[in-house]
Amino acid sequence: MDHRPQAWGRPRDDVYGAYDHSYMQENGPKQNTQQPIVTGTSVIGIKFKDGVVIAADNLASYGSLARFTDVKRLRPFADSSILGFSGDISDMQYLDRHLTELSLSEAYESPDKPRLNAANLHRYLSKLLYNRRSKFDPLWNHLLVGGLDDNGEPFLAAADLLGSTYSAPSLATGFGAMLAQPIMRRYVPDEESAKKLTREEAVDIVKEAMKVLFYRDARSLDTYSLAVVTKDGVELKEDEKLENQSWAFADRIKGYGTQTV
Amino acid sequence: MAAMFSQNPLMNGPNYSFSDAPKTARGEPREHAFNPYTDNGGSTLAISGADFTIMAGDTRHTSGYSINSRMSPKVFKIGGTTANQDDATIVLSVCGFAADGEALRDRLDTICKIYRYRHGKPMSLNACAKRLSTILYQKRFFPYYTHAMLGGLDDEGKGAVYSYDPVGSYEREQCRAGGAAGSLIMPFLDNQVNFKNQYIPGSGEGHDLKERERRTLSRPQVETIVKDAFDGAVERHIEVGDTLQMLIITKEGIEEVFLPLKKD
Repeated sequence: MDHRPQAWGRPRDDVYGAYDHSYMQENGPKQNTQQPIVTGTSVIGIKFKDGVVIAADNLASYGSLARFTDVKRLRPFADSSILGFSGDISDMQYLDRHLTELSLSEAYESPDKPRLNAANLHRYLSKLLYNRRSKFDPLWNHLLVGGLDDNGEPFLAAADLLGSTYSAPSLATGFGAMLAQPIMRRYVPDEESAKKLTREEAVDIVKEAMKVLFYRDARSLDTYSLAVVTKDGVELKEDEKLENQSWAFADRIKGYGTQTV
Repeated sequence: MAAMFSQNPLMNGPNYSFSDAPKTARGEPREHAFNPYTDNGGSTLAISGADFTIMAGDTRHTSGYSINSRMSPKVFKIGGTTANQDDATIVLSVCGFAADGEALRDRLDTICKIYRYRHGKPMSLNACAKRLSTILYQKRFFPYYTHAMLGGLDDEGKGAVYSYDPVGSYEREQCRAGGAAGSLIMPFLDNQVNFKNQYIPGSGEGHDLKERERRTLSRPQVETIVKDAFDGAVERHIEVGDTLQMLIITKEGIEEVFLPLKKD
């Protein structure tokens, strides 16, 4: 340490050598996101007769390391919509800040009644994601948006890092598309059956699907968040535990699951 | 890397983990480029008749082997004055990368609307077709990854179909199949719409063979061909299925029909 304030708190040059600026160059090529770093796994969602149920576990992984075990990946918007994030956690936090700003300015513009419903929010986010992918600087997320549409009907749609959008009676991102979606589709193969499904049934299906995901997805957790959106608002529980687990199947499995000897 | 384990950091200078970026075998930084495109599967089909055009597409949306949605239409009405496009006269179908398809649809729709407000009349199909070509070519070096088709009635009231490649090359055609099962459906169309390889029996050998007489197809006949084409495509292509969306454009307006396809 010497008397110059600009040197305070820095490694000593006489011990560590001069500070190497090469990795922080400003005139080099700008690097955009090439891969997600800290990630959240599947988000699953299902429509029922007067709303939507969405769930995601509370884990943020760093590769195969279960890095943060208390990260809430469901975010309510304007108390009328719910947003589920999978993929990069820092991009999720960026979107979270962005949406906080948006909801604040919306609250000032229209204090009495929220103007942006789930369908509007989904449109907004898909445009944002498509715009970023077109700049080759994607937000590495796969989102589910749940709530009500312009007609007050249940709304559930997905948007991903490429700006692709789609909607179905049940949706799942990541591993959930392989493991949870077949289970949910047994109950809601089409919109008609989603219109008959009760809230209790929908919650049970989602809980069952979360259990299957915990059994088979190695980057998952048994603590999860679950949200129910109806016209009365968002009911978000962020510390649910998986119940009635049965690992009896585990010792029957050899190899990758199809092996019998 | 070896310098990192050196006993004498002063000699080797500072070392940071940051500089150990992945390298290729040739020592260049290994790049994992972001791929901005994907293929969402599905197929589209357009056939023009004497005074009508039928635009059709399946409604399946896929990524890889996964079905994202069973109801995600890719045939759109363009240039109406209302949100539900009730008074539209032109139909656009897009196949390939769905996000690009929807961006393209929004662009063309906006342009048609501006044209209507500026000129006080809807855009003609011919003009719209040319405009779509320039829109696609504007993105020549970062293309909309879609196979677009435009359908409607021309200035004489005859059915017309225009088909495009992703960078804006286009031509007017009698019929065209595009997308995942385009190559499966197109030969069927050649045979059933343009009567290719159909000869009058006993009319001769080789060059003497007489072609079967061409005749324009009626609307029910075209509808049957569309349904059969998609039933065939569904059988042999995994990315095609769920529901057949058919838009029939006549001078009375646009009729929309949804018919079930196999969901497997």
